[in-house]
Amino acid sequence: KLIDKHTFEIVLKEKYPQFLYWLSMSFFSPIPWEADLFYSQKGLVEKNISLDWYPVGTGPFMLTENNPNRRMVLERNPNFRGESFPIDGEDIDLNIGLLEDAGKKMPFIDKAIYSLEKESIPAWNKFLQGYYDTSGIISDSFDQAIQFSAQGDAQLTDEMQQKGIKLLTATTVSTYYMGFNMADDLVGGDNERARLLRRAISIAVDYEEYISIFANGRGKPAQGPIPPGIFGHIPGEAGINPYIYYWGNNRAVRRPIKHAKELMQKAGYKNGINEVTGKPLVLNLDTPAAGPGSKAAFDWLRKQFSKLGINLVIRATDYNRFQEKMRKGTAQIFQWGWNADYPDPENFFFLLYGPNAKINHNGENAANYKNEKFDLLFDQMKSMKNGHNRQKLIDQMVELVRYDAPWLWGYHPVGFSLHHDWYKNAKPNLMANNTLKYKRINPELRKEQRVVWNKPIWWPIVLIFIAVIIILLPAFISYRRKESELMT
Amino acid sequence: MINYILRRILYALPILIGVNIITFVLFFVVNTPDDMARMHLGMKRVSQEAIVKWKDDHGYNKPILINSEASGIKKITNTIFFEKSIKLFVFDFGRSDSGRDIGYDISQRMWPSLAITVPSLLVGLLAYITFGLILAFFRGTYVDVSGVVLCVIMMSISGLFYIIGGQYLIGKFLHLVPISGYDSGLNAFKFIILPVLVGLIGGVGASTRWYRTIFLEEMNKDYVRTARAKGLSESSVLYRHVLSNGLIPILTGVVVILPSLFIGSLIVESFFAVPGLGSYTIDAINRQDFSIVRSMVFLGSVLYIIGLILTDISYTFVDPRVGLN
Repeated sequence: KLIDKHTFEIVLKEKYPQFLYWLSMSFFSPIPWEADLFYSQKGLVEKNISLDWYPVGTGPFMLTENNPNRRMVLERNPNFRGESFPIDGEDIDLNIGLLEDAGKKMPFIDKAIYSLEKESIPAWNKFLQGYYDTSGIISDSFDQAIQFSAQGDAQLTDEMQQKGIKLLTATTVSTYYMGFNMADDLVGGDNERARLLRRAISIAVDYEEYISIFANGRGKPAQGPIPPGIFGHIPGEAGINPYIYYWGNNRAVRRPIKHAKELMQKAGYKNGINEVTGKPLVLNLDTPAAGPGSKAAFDWLRKQFSKLGINLVIRATDYNRFQEKMRKGTAQIFQWGWNADYPDPENFFFLLYGPNAKINHNGENAANYKNEKFDLLFDQMKSMKNGHNRQKLIDQMVELVRYDAPWLWGYHPVGFSLHHDWYKNAKPNLMANNTLKYKRINPELRKEQRVVWNKPIWWPIVLIFIAVIIILLPAFISYRRKESELMT
Repeated sequence: MINYILRRILYALPILIGVNIITFVLFFVVNTPDDMARMHLGMKRVSQEAIVKWKDDHGYNKPILINSEASGIKKITNTIFFEKSIKLFVFDFGRSDSGRDIGYDISQRMWPSLAITVPSLLVGLLAYITFGLILAFFRGTYVDVSGVVLCVIMMSISGLFYIIGGQYLIGKFLHLVPISGYDSGLNAFKFIILPVLVGLIGGVGASTRWYRTIFLEEMNKDYVRTARAKGLSESSVLYRHVLSNGLIPILTGVVVILPSLFIGSLIVESFFAVPGLGSYTIDAINRQDFSIVRSMVFLGSVLYIIGLILTDISYTFVDPRVGLN
């Protein structure tokens, strides 16, 4: 309902606190009807002039150049209503100078240029040259940028520190997991045999090793569906998954493979042999990772399953076929992931909510997990405010899914980002996309450093030129001699 | 000659129809219209209603090749293939699945491609012919032997190595030119130098050896012996006689690739962040934008056919013995 020129009212049919998060998502951005009408004109559409290429908004920046194939330029919006830099923050923010601009009018940058780099190597090199202010870290350059201390903490290498580069790390609100299709006769279902098999596999697949080998240590093994940073996640000893880990030496320690083998024996798969059929256990993993780079990860996975005597068959396919298998429920074990849409546990628990099953409902519950108690708790929890009562329900839900083990909980990636010394007010925020207005740049320092770091070096070119002349000179002299002999 | 050209153009029609059918079949074997809809609508929470609406809006709600429910000619015409293909033959590429005019995008993005490919071709020709001539001129000497060995080594190395090595050495280590990027107008010059240089070095092994072979073959012919017998200097023999006759196979080899220069290079454009047609095609494949893929495949086929016809015509200019009847 329209209240006045700048206000409207939405009435919800039921309590749904997450609606506030939905309002902050891009597709809820209010668009003036005049803009919609303007861009609907036939002549403009024919000339590729459309709202998505020439957006209209009220934010701190205007998109003054929009060529997504080359570069996009944001410039300060002179008509911006005005916002001030926050005057308070977390305790640490004050100590590390993140509140130096407190109360000042934003934005601080006049112009931001986003250039398209399709390949990571040139992008990384240009960051090191100072032509980009920030960068992620690709696997190929990880050792050049990061070293781990004796305590396992990530630190910048001397080369990076000498350049004044800063490192920010944050656990992403994402999860990469391996799911069991609960509709599968062998690994799925609400029966003790399948449950023990799933738990045994959950112990055998060593995600700590996976993170170390394939993610350069950039990940945290998951203890359940909720990543750190989302309400409901419990860190430390109280938050470990007791079916897979125990607490030792002040950290979560994966249970030994001997324990997994005992579970296999209880399930009737001693040494990976199905006691009913007498045949070795063969399981199928469906994954959309089909590139040559995935081979090492596949070999590693086979090795993990073989610890229990299980023969793992990997059925790598393209993403379209993978999705089709998931919709039809023909996969047995699969790999997938989830990025949070908004910072609420509902956004992760609904991946295990029965009515959201892929089969029949085409929802996001890819494991087709169904537990009536869990579903009941989910219905109560989703509309509650964060607090003690909600936490209690979440704890019960986490316990239910840990017990049933429809997923190998996998890991939550840790994002590493680098920025130069001249890039100020950088603080990780993995949910918000509108952080540019807080950023401040020291352009003089940037210009100075670029000059120092990128002085042209000509001597190798001169050297090559001289070398070519030296190589060709005897041949040329011999040719001249031959020519003059012929002439005489 | 006009009859010959018309005949070749008519021959091209079934080829283009065939290429279109193969593109359709290959594309839709991997991607169904439902897959395309899901890709464009996003991976999360895509309802069947949204998929049906997307297909209706983008003309993918019909059978792909044959409409068994229709009757008569509509069995063929009331299909995705017919509706998306027929306009291609008058170079109306239509709109991409994201709603943009493909013809306009091609007209914009062919210039960055040409900015890389044309100088690469011209500088490359000049350099390779010069190197080929030098090796042929010093045949049998240490210059020739070491040159051929160097050529074999260079042609054995992956093109990707030259790109990454060039970016590291010239861009990052020597700081002589930008590592990657592109700009419009004259500002593009500094960005073009490195890809052209890398292309030149990457092709030097194979091309120099080929040109050397051509020149050596010419140098063993009777007219060269006659020229030498007349007392002409070796350089005169080489530049006046061998070079002009050796240009015949070189010219015909170059003409065939001239139209393809518009298409650009997929890898070079990707590594050097050049917004040309090569990266346009790769992006479309990744986005499963069939409208762009079929347009680019069709354009590539047409340009290749034009290249072959031009090659035939060029023979008549450089070799009087050839006539197009």
